[in-house]
Parts: sequence; C-alpha cells; structure tokens
Amino acid sequence: MEATTPSSTRWAPISKDVAALRVRPNLVDYDGARASFTWDEARRGLTGLPGGGVNIAYEAVGRHASGPLADREALRFVRADGTVRSLTYARLAREAARFAGVLAGLGVDRGERVYSLLGRRPELYAAVLGTLQYGAVFCPLFSAFGPEPVRQRLQIGSGAVLVTTRALYRKKVAPIRDEVPALRHVLLVDADGSPEPGTLDLAALLEGAPDDAPTAATGPEDWALLHFTSGTTGKPKGAMHVHDAVTAHFATGRFALDLHPDDVYWCTADPGWVTGTSYGIIAPLVHGVTAIVDEEEMDADRWYRILAEQRVTVWYTAPTALRMLMKAGAERAAVHDLSALRFVASVGEPLNPEVVVWGREAFGLPVHDNWWQTETGGIMISNYPAMEIRPGSMGRPLPGIEAAVLLRDGTGAPVIRDGEAVVCEPDATGELALRPGWPSMFRGYLDEEERYRKCFAGGWYLTGDLARRDADGYFWFVGRGDDVIKSSGHLIGPFEVESCLMEHDAVAEVAVIGVPDAVAGEVVKAFVELKPSQEASDALRLELIGFARKRLGPAVAPRMLDFASALPKTRSGKILRRLLKARELGLPEGDTSTLEAGR
Amino acid sequence: MNDTDARVAVFAALHEIAPDVEPDDLDPGARLRQDLELDSLDFLRLLEVLAGSTGVSTPEDDYRDLTTVQSLIDYFAARG
Repeated sequence: MEATTPSSTRWAPISKDVAALRVRPNLVDYDGARASFTWDEARRGLTGLPGGGVNIAYEAVGRHASGPLADREALRFVRADGTVRSLTYARLAREAARFAGVLAGLGVDRGERVYSLLGRRPELYAAVLGTLQYGAVFCPLFSAFGPEPVRQRLQIGSGAVLVTTRALYRKKVAPIRDEVPALRHVLLVDADGSPEPGTLDLAALLEGAPDDAPTAATGPEDWALLHFTSGTTGKPKGAMHVHDAVTAHFATGRFALDLHPDDVYWCTADPGWVTGTSYGIIAPLVHGVTAIVDEEEMDADRWYRILAEQRVTVWYTAPTALRMLMKAGAERAAVHDLSALRFVASVGEPLNPEVVVWGREAFGLPVHDNWWQTETGGIMISNYPAMEIRPGSMGRPLPGIEAAVLLRDGTGAPVIRDGEAVVCEPDATGELALRPGWPSMFRGYLDEEERYRKCFAGGWYLTGDLARRDADGYFWFVGRGDDVIKSSGHLIGPFEVESCLMEHDAVAEVAVIGVPDAVAGEVVKAFVELKPSQEASDALRLELIGFARKRLGPAVAPRMLDFASALPKTRSGKILRRLLKARELGLPEGDTSTLEAGR
Repeated sequence: MNDTDARVAVFAALHEIAPDVEPDDLDPGARLRQDLELDSLDFLRLLEVLAGSTGVSTPEDDYRDLTTVQSLIDYFAARG
C-alpha cells in the first residue's frame, strides 16, 4: 500500500467566469454532460460512410470536401521563412485520394502498413489521410529516430510502404534495408526525378494517379493506425487503433480542446507521435477547423510570431515547450499580439503549477493540462474552459470516460476483491485506471497478446501511471509505476537504450534511468559497468554516448553517462533501476532485502 | 577570444553534447539542427557547456542567430 498524500497545494485554484469568455464553451455543465453522454450519441456528430461503416479519412476530409467547407483552409503550413502555404479541404481530399491511388497502383493490400519517416510537410498529411482512405494502416515514425528504432518498428509492424525523404532514407533506412524484407516500396517525397536505388519517386507516382480513388468501406472495428510506445522491458509495443477512434477524436476535440467551427487551431506535436496524429491531424479536420502546421523546430520568438500572425485561437502544446517559453520570459510574449488566443492546453507529461499560472502572465490565459497515452488514443482526463483549474492537476475525466485510482498491493499489482479491483480512498496514491470500452482504446499490441492482457485487471485498463484523486474528483499525477522514462513528453523504454549500449565492446553491464530535468521533465542517464579490460575515461564516456546517439537518435539516446563499478542487482541478477534512481536522487532506498550482497 | 580559441571551444562543446558527429562533418557551414541533428535540449546544453568554458552566457534573444557552427564561432569570438 502507498502512503497518503494530501491534496492541498499552495497554488490557489483558478476560477472561471463563463459569462466573460469570448466564446461559449462546448462543455459548461460538466456533471450534466457526463450524465447524459453516450458514445452512440457522439457518433451522430459524424457522417458515416454513404454505404454504412466509418472511415477516419472520410470524416476528416472526404465529407467536408463535398460540402460547405470545401473551400475552407484545412491545413496552413508555416515555412521556415514565415511564409505560408494552405490546402483547402477540397484540395487535401484530392491529394489524399491521389496517395490512395498510388497505393492501389503499387498493389498494396488493405490492412497492410504504410509508414512515414518525415518532417511536417504536406506530403505527410496526404499520406496519412490517403492511407486511411485506402483502408491500409498508417504508422508514423519520428524523424529524429536513429536507424535502430526505425528498424525495430518497421520489423514489428511488417511495414510494406515507407514515405520518407532522400536524406532520411540514406541516413536511417538504407543501412538497415536488408533487415526489413517486408518493406516493398520506399517512396521519396524529394526524389526530383532521380530516386535512390531501391526507391520510387512519389511526386511522379502522384502525377500519374487519379484523384478520385474511392474510400474503402471500412467498419468501425477495422484497424486504422499503429502507434509505437515503450515499456520497461522488451521491444517497443505497437498499439493498434481502429477507425471508430474518430468518434473519440471528435468528442474530445469538442470537450477538451473546445473546438468551434471558426477556430484556427495549432497543435505543436509532431505526427511522429500519437498526439500529432490524433490532435495534429484527425481531431481538427473532423471539426472542420483550420489547423496550423509549423514546418520548423521550436523557437520561442518563432512560436509567438506564429500565434500572433496566424491569429491562433486554440493552442495545444507540451510542458517541455512551455517551460522553454517560460525560461525565455513572459516579456517576449508581450511584444506580440496574442489577442486572438482564447484557449491553451498542454499534454505529454504533468504540467507543473508554476507553468499553469505563468500562462496568465504570458498569454492572459491559464494553461489547461490534460492526460492520455498512446494506448488510450485520445484525451481521457482534462481541464476545461468552464471548469475551475487546480494548478498541478490533470483535471477530471471526459464525458464517456470512467477513471479511478486503484489500490496496489506490495508488489504494485491492483488489489482484487470478488473479481473487482479496489478503488483507493480520496487522496491516496494508487494506479490510474480506466473502464474499458471507449472507441479510441487500443485493440491490442501487435503480435503481443500476453502484454496486452496484462494491461487489464479486475474490470479496468491499467495505465501504469500512479495518481491520486481528490475528494472533488480532480486527478493528480504522482509518477510512473514502472521504470519507463518520460522525456520531453515521450516514453523511452530503458531496455531499448540498455540493449543498444550492450552492443558496444567495452560494456559489461548497463542500467538506464530518467533523472529530473528542469526543461524536459526527465532526461535519460546511463550507468555503465565496463569489462575488466577497459578503463573508464572521458573519451570512452563520449564514445559511448556517441555510439548510442548514432543508433537511437538524440530523442532516445542517453544525454548523461556515468561509469559504475558495480550496478545494484537482485540476488536473481535483475538490475534494480529503482534503487539506482533513489541513490542518484538522494532518496530513501526502500526495501533492499532482495539486494545482492556487496552492491 | 580570438577566432581559433572560439573554434576550439565550440568544437569541444559540440563533441561533449553530440559525440556522434564526426569531425569531418564539422563543416563551419553545418546547420546545428538539420545537419548535425541537435534537438532543442541538445542546443540548450551546448550553450551551458560553452558558458562554462568561455564564461560567456547567451541571452535567449541571441538564440535565433545561432543556427550554424560558424555562427557559434563568430558569436563566442566576438564576446569571449
């Protein structure tokens, strides 16, 4: 059992005056909406395929392209030099249809996996929507991954098609191409008439493809998306999502992001991660709003310019970015006209109360934290425009979502009585859990039935996060229940990083943990035990970091590395990352009775 | 600080933060993000290392001008 934590914080709640808000929020009566909400009712906000069934691409663009929103800007790309290029709903639908036509021409089967390894450029968005329209499964990869994460993910998902650039192909795919035999077609967006050996020129293929490809008659339970996430051990897990997920993207876009028809909306997440797909592409398009896409990387002044010049009304960003902006100072925001902005939300890791409150100073608006994960497919717990914010809290469950904090036994497993998990008293820490059944819930981990089954117990989906719920129903994040590292909002499996370092000749053993970082939440730190023949040195330390960065990419590789003479292990030989972390942070070491002597 | 000292300091800091970058790729015109693949956390840490080695701390206002290896060298040569 866990210690009880008081729910009070020194941060005063931020109350809301609904009458003073510029736009009336979609969710005003929280309790009423929760009581009356049904997913079937939410589905009625969608159109459905003409012949029955549901397809995400049809809800996102197809139906708008043939209706009153045809000429509305769907996506507005901000280039490096600040100029913009836009795609209307009608145009985006044609581009998506062409991509679907290319897949047909290549003989790709429905249900096969189409991957992207690409920056935020128009071809990516057409590829996502075209793949879904075609009835194939889309899997985005983060373009800053090194060759190793790319290889693993392509292998696990048996990727048949990959859309990428020449530079990324040369650097990250060509070296591992032989190891991914299922990959039949690599489409280069910038081949410019001369594709690399073993690749195809996407522009040329699109040129020859019809722009009226039909929409596949997908059903609600047909597989649509594959998103990878990491656990403590083993390979990355491929979470499978179905076309009915669009019901949750629609409902959560309405309640948690408060999307209204005239909004200019900016989600800063990269589509290489689930947020950038669910909320950077699907949710805004389903709502028929204009979504901003920044083609460049984060920069404080650039971001403020985009908010001001593009007249962004709803902004969905991440704690790491907000902390960087806070570091740059609120005065930088003050010189920009942010008057169009009316709602700011954040996701990726818990948002510290300082940042929630700082939002009022910088934007004149508090930041609304929310919580979800790859497996949930959409926002589950959130702060809302019309509801009091308790700074530091992730908010309250969405309508249609039942969340609870479950009591844990000594091993960390939920306590089950009569087949049902026991829910904690208010303010007690336990495992955050959700009642299964919402439409964007993952339907499995690809080829890993056992790992999927382990996510459920006593009638609940277990999130792996530790949390507490206060007496008024607000949820508070406490920490991860496992050794997974959360850096810049991304989950990093320590095992993936350890396996990579183990491949270096000098390394005997390695343990990887997350250490607190003021900007990224946590950063990856490795502890390396060298082989007896090896001598610790600064040059070797840098060699090992460089070795990992080359294979894993900067987002996953350790940023810090220490040598250790002996890593703490259990008598059965398992490395105790938790103990290593406690020592690193100067925390109590807890029960060390299973520790191997001398460690 | 003269140009040579600034170059040494910048190369040493880059090697500390991104030891995966081959010395051959350290062309002065190389872009930190696109060519050397530094992410935003790498960039912040790079400036921390340089603040330690040169005594020059970089105000946020100047970040946007520091996009290439050469711009870093020029910046620290002018201020160090």
